[in-house]
Amino acid sequence: MRTILFEFKEGLMIALRAIASNKIRAMLTMLGIFIGVTVVVTMSTAIKGIDNSFQQGISSLGSDVLYIDKWAWFSNVEWWKMRNRKNITMEEFERFKNLAKLPAAVAPVTNTVQTVKYQERRVENVFINGSNADYVKTTNFTFSEGRFYSEIESNASRQVAVIGSEIAKKLFPNMSPLDRTIKIGGENFRVVGVLAEQGSFILGPWNPDNQVYVPIGTIFKNFASNRFRSITINVRAASPALVEETKAEAEGVMRKVRGLAYDQENDFSINQQEGLQENYNSVVGVIQIAGLFITGLSLFVGAIGIMNIMFVSVKERTKEIGLRKAIGAKRRTILAQFLLESSVICLVGGLAGLVAAVLLSMLINQFIPTSIQIGSVILGIGISLLTGIISGLAPAYTAAKMDPVEALRYE
Amino acid sequence: MNIINIEHIAKIYKVGLEEVHALRDVSLKIDKNEYVAIMGPSGSGKSTLMNMLGCLDTPTSGKYEFKGVSVSEMSDNELAKIRNKEIGFVFQTFNLLARSDAVHNVELPLIYAGVPTAERRERAIQALIDVGLKDRLRHKPNELSGGQRQRVAIARALVTNPSIILADEPTGNLDSKTGEEIMGLFHEIHEKGNTIILVTHEEYIAEHAARIVRLKDGLIESDERVDKRYIPKIKSTLAQ
Repeated sequence: MRTILFEFKEGLMIALRAIASNKIRAMLTMLGIFIGVTVVVTMSTAIKGIDNSFQQGISSLGSDVLYIDKWAWFSNVEWWKMRNRKNITMEEFERFKNLAKLPAAVAPVTNTVQTVKYQERRVENVFINGSNADYVKTTNFTFSEGRFYSEIESNASRQVAVIGSEIAKKLFPNMSPLDRTIKIGGENFRVVGVLAEQGSFILGPWNPDNQVYVPIGTIFKNFASNRFRSITINVRAASPALVEETKAEAEGVMRKVRGLAYDQENDFSINQQEGLQENYNSVVGVIQIAGLFITGLSLFVGAIGIMNIMFVSVKERTKEIGLRKAIGAKRRTILAQFLLESSVICLVGGLAGLVAAVLLSMLINQFIPTSIQIGSVILGIGISLLTGIISGLAPAYTAAKMDPVEALRYE
Repeated sequence: MNIINIEHIAKIYKVGLEEVHALRDVSLKIDKNEYVAIMGPSGSGKSTLMNMLGCLDTPTSGKYEFKGVSVSEMSDNELAKIRNKEIGFVFQTFNLLARSDAVHNVELPLIYAGVPTAERRERAIQALIDVGLKDRLRHKPNELSGGQRQRVAIARALVTNPSIILADEPTGNLDSKTGEEIMGLFHEIHEKGNTIILVTHEEYIAEHAARIVRLKDGLIESDERVDKRYIPKIKSTLAQ
């Protein structure tokens, strides 16, 4: 054990001397590993950030909410078949609501995209979400100001609105939006509530923060075309454990409402966040593999650079290797010397790459919430060490098995 | 006591399809504190013999005993150990590490011998003082003259207290005056009880030795004691 430590220490000293005697070359070689480790670690941090954002965003949808819709979010049913389905109407919603016993809350939802204005300020292409007072119970909304619209306001189709946090920021940068009158598609609405920040940027227009919520009747009243569109029925199960039962009941009730015979297919779909999650996982899986493959490629190029330099270095120092062997260096001593040299180069390059990756992650953190993972740090150090050993192995082996007589004669 | 005992060794190299008989049948005994010169024209096999003696290579056939231990069948690592402990090499081209100072160059064999840092530094410095380089300890090879470089190499050979010093054309790259100084140094080293084997093709260099072995075509042509040894006049700094 002591001799191994001794040999390691001495090998390291020799390797450091060799690196120090050729600083520029060592630095250029390090650059390859530096770039490789930087991109690999930054990439994995960025992917983690996207993942964080998505999970945060998706949780605002609620895992225990079902969406009865004309359209399936993810399915193998041809789109034209779904297009030919009957629209879901308010009457069907009322009948569904009366028949379904399990849900904690049921709400009809229709959407329109409008420009929202307050005085000179405007936000284009905003999702205007029309529903009833129960809608808030199908969500996990929290409010920074005010409240959701009431049952009375909803039933009477009052011109009141609840706005998402992003909309509030854009329209009312330095005042409270409460009781101000905004214009939605040219119609006046009074703001009764402002949502606290809910989702995340990754959902884009589907992010609750970028939406406006109004009583469903006001949408039918002001934006007449919505009367001819299908609505969605949001159904919240009483608890996450009851999601499957609630789903089964909802399917049965909906079939009854539609008067479907037992041999007829459903002419509606019941969607869940779960489907979104699955779809997301497959998309992110591809991003992950592609991203790590591409960044891994740059690391590979760096490794080839190191191997190349190590081969040159061995060739160049043939005579030195011959001398070292002549005066008593064993094979493994020479092997260790060159392996340590490439490992040190890689490790230093890798550590510098990690520092760069930490800085880049801080930059990324300005856009998506992420931070460098301890796993990434270990990954970075591990990768650089491994690269050093693997790319140093072939040159070091060449050096170790040199015949001292031949090596000493080499000019 | 024989340090080196070679009996009927041969060495055959394969160059392509052709076999080259570098050594055909060589027997040689060298005792402690001998000063032997091995001579011969190029192609005579003297380099091959030197590689054998230096345990850098093993014979194709025959017996080689170093201090009574058979070397012929040793593994690479065992040979490395023998070279490290028992043999001090001095080369024509010095073979110093260009980017290391004199002390580190002399320390090198001690590193491979596993000598701790402080002790090997001390021994390296002492060896350099012994060869007269007291004020050149921290100089790098390119800051030293040819003669000084060879002195560093000799210090490196001596530092492990080897059983033999094996010098291959040690004056080949030096002018005659410096060469003379180096031969003086060898003379003193011999006087101190070391065994020296000198490989050369220069008659006047060989005359410094007490015994001359002449090789030709892979065979020993003659092996004779020198009656009138040439004792160098210039005293080196070794005795100081």
